[in-house]
Amino acid sequence: METITPHHFLALSALLFAIGFLGVVIRRNLMLVLMSLELMLNGINLALVSFSRVGLNLDGGLFVFFIMTVAAAEVAVGLALLVALYKKRQSVFSENLNLLSN
Amino acid sequence: MNFVDLLFWLFATLTLGGGILMVFSRHPVPAALFMILSLVGVAALFVILEAFFLAILQILVYAGAVMVLFLFIIMLLDVGPEGGKASRIKIFSGLAGVCAVGLLVVFFLHFMLNSGWVNGSSWPEIVEGNLVNGGNLIFSTSVKSFGFGLFTKYMLPLQVAGFLLLAAMVGVIILSKKWAPGKE
Repeated sequence: METITPHHFLALSALLFAIGFLGVVIRRNLMLVLMSLELMLNGINLALVSFSRVGLNLDGGLFVFFIMTVAAAEVAVGLALLVALYKKRQSVFSENLNLLSN
Repeated sequence: MNFVDLLFWLFATLTLGGGILMVFSRHPVPAALFMILSLVGVAALFVILEAFFLAILQILVYAGAVMVLFLFIIMLLDVGPEGGKASRIKIFSGLAGVCAVGLLVVFFLHFMLNSGWVNGSSWPEIVEGNLVNGGNLIFSTSVKSFGFGLFTKYMLPLQVAGFLLLAAMVGVIILSKKWAPGKE
């Protein structure tokens, strides 16, 4: 049996990113779109940590730290926007957000 | 197959399975719980990569704060499952998503794994002790090296991140404030 290599981690992070992207594209519930965005960021984080570990360089790890900060801020603002939207339109589904379409 | 490999496959399955179940679950509450599963799996993979501090941070920030916020908002808005026919996943966007994801995976796997700019066969040994090597911060399992990096090389980004959090906080307060009628 072969042991795990950095490539395993990179492939896993690519798959995680792809799953998150699939969620962003196909889901219509904006709550789940936000969660899928988090999943994409997690895929990136995993890739950065494995690069950091393979290259013996802490920069990747520190970038993960900043990505987590930005993700937390993004979730807070996104959910506040969602609540404001729900107050106005009573819906969090993307097909109901057609204010600019006609 | 040694123990670490077994753990890697276990947590890789947990992460990907949680992600897939999250994307395809119809009700938001189970989706959030599957998301927590996936985030814990990622934290465990960080432990396998010997980034212990980031694993703890992942649990605290993501599984702790962010997902609790998500669950709180889901329950506050009382969002049900995606009900009527109009809110189902449409065949066109599903097809587009699958095509895009297929292209993405092929692109990633081909270019990441075949371009040899990652030493893909072995893990270098971690040398504890020095924090810097010339201008480079050395990967280390200790929290001290994170603090050192944040307060020397990444001082300005750290300040910017703090300011970003402040701006997000002010923005959220303004967004969720109830404006008095006639004052808008």
